Amino acid sequence: MTKSPEQLEHELKRRSKAAKLEIWGRVVSFTALIIIAAVVVAIIGFVASKGLATFTTNHVNLWSFLSGKDWNPSITDAHGKPEVGALSMIVGSFLITILSALVATPFAIGTAVFMNEISPGKGAKILQPVTELLVGIPSVVYGFIGLSVIVPFTRATFGGSGFGILSGTCVLFVMILPTVTSMSADALRAVPRYYREASLALGATQWQTIYKVVLRAATPGLMTAVVFGMARAFGEALAVQMVVGNAALMPHSLVDPAATLTSVLTTGIGNTVMGSLQNNALWSLALVLLVMSLVFNLIIRLIGRKGRLQ
Amino acid sequence: MFMSSDVQRRTAMQERHVTQPHEAGHPIVLATEDLHVYYGSKEAIFEGDLQFAQNQITALIGPSGSGKSTYLRSLNRMNDRIATVKGRIMYRGVDINQPDIDVYEMRRRVGMVFQRPNPFAKSIYDNIAFALRLRGVTAKTKLDEIVETSLRQAALWEQVKDDLDKSALALSGGQAQRLCIARAIAVKPDILLLDEPASALDPVSTSQLEDTLLKLKQHYTIIIVTHNMQQAARISEYTAFFNQGRVLEYDTTSQIFTNPQVQVTSDYVSGNFG
Repeated sequence: MTKSPEQLEHELKRRSKAAKLEIWGRVVSFTALIIIAAVVVAIIGFVASKGLATFTTNHVNLWSFLSGKDWNPSITDAHGKPEVGALSMIVGSFLITILSALVATPFAIGTAVFMNEISPGKGAKILQPVTELLVGIPSVVYGFIGLSVIVPFTRATFGGSGFGILSGTCVLFVMILPTVTSMSADALRAVPRYYREASLALGATQWQTIYKVVLRAATPGLMTAVVFGMARAFGEALAVQMVVGNAALMPHSLVDPAATLTSVLTTGIGNTVMGSLQNNALWSLALVLLVMSLVFNLIIRLIGRKGRLQ
Repeated sequence: MFMSSDVQRRTAMQERHVTQPHEAGHPIVLATEDLHVYYGSKEAIFEGDLQFAQNQITALIGPSGSGKSTYLRSLNRMNDRIATVKGRIMYRGVDINQPDIDVYEMRRRVGMVFQRPNPFAKSIYDNIAFALRLRGVTAKTKLDEIVETSLRQAALWEQVKDDLDKSALALSGGQAQRLCIARAIAVKPDILLLDEPASALDPVSTSQLEDTLLKLKQHYTIIIVTHNMQQAARISEYTAFFNQGRVLEYDTTSQIFTNPQVQVTSDYVSGNFG
């Protein structure tokens, strides 16, 4: 029995159950997207409005905030201006981030090479869970170990109080190691097998293949891994605060007490009144942190795009 | 007595038929003796006893999974970390399947080109100079010279001589495969192993590649795995037919294609299976 065109049209235009489910699925995922986007926008907006209040309401000069070395929001200087120079903390944060990334990168890439190229069976089976375990340790535990092991060690070795950039670097090195390692391993895994085969078939040794072919091909991925580790180090608060010394002074050596943006925030935020200059200045630090994490994200995306173009 | 000719032929067919090239007086550069390859406990090659004649092209044909690629990859120990290879691989009188053989030095003499063109993400020049630099050749004039002769031998020089600094990834499939051949012959190997080098190429590139191989034969001994029986018939002097991990027939290519002695070979080359 053939159907009339009207019947056929009715059947084809009728909303089937599958079509209704399709619309439902779209609504759910779109709602989720809207909520997440709203949360992100709200956080950025809130931090920005609070952070910018230092400059709009309290009339602090943006340049003097970024370049001033003295941090003492509760005191005004000779000109009657509050002392809110964040440079020492910005320097502290960058120093500790870059140093820990510098120390962690060779270890992380070495571990990733071992897991992926040299002993993909046994080595990966042991090292994979170990690195995953390191990720799972809470930062307060890292800080506590740093406080009771690393700080006394630096004190005994270099003198001084033991608190400072060096101790912070040691703690952060261990904390970012698993992130950089597992992302480096992913980057190496993404290098096509035929690159290795081509190199080996030309008579290259395994080490020559790793060094000249695999690591070169994985460079964008490895850089992304390092920047991710740096982003993590830059944002880490608790563990750093426990070992860095929390003195908002310009660090003159790696073993002098210093401060980072995060450590000043965590120590200070409970002791200030909402809306006061002291409070607003802390929000400004939070804004700097937020902007920096956006910059890290941007770098990661740029590297990723460059990697795809190659 | 009254059997039809077809049935007569069938009964005359053998299980296995191997005529090694030394019987025809060709010098042999590579031979496998009693070769067995295992993936774990699974045996992939049961017995591979083949000889390869100098400056000739030998084709390895057979259906998918017959072990011809596994066999080829064993010849320059590319299976070392993947499979267990037992038996002897005699290269000019030396068993290169011994554990104390320097595989890196051996692979310079026994080069390999793969199914999929696999140039490095480097310039055309650096692709060819790669293996040379690893071996300590750094003099620019020397490198220039070898890059040019290799590209000329691979019939690619005229097309890329002005673009040597461009990325090798921008080459077409056929050009990239010839670059891989140029890269392999830059270290002046003795034997060239090719694992289905034309399977990812269009007919025009395939025919250019075949011309290149026919010219290269003067300098190298070539062993090629191919799915394309016309290709084997066009370019090779000897053909080995693999089936289920065994060499069922090995003879001159004209014998294999016009007068196969084994039923399965006959079925395969006439397109009845595979």
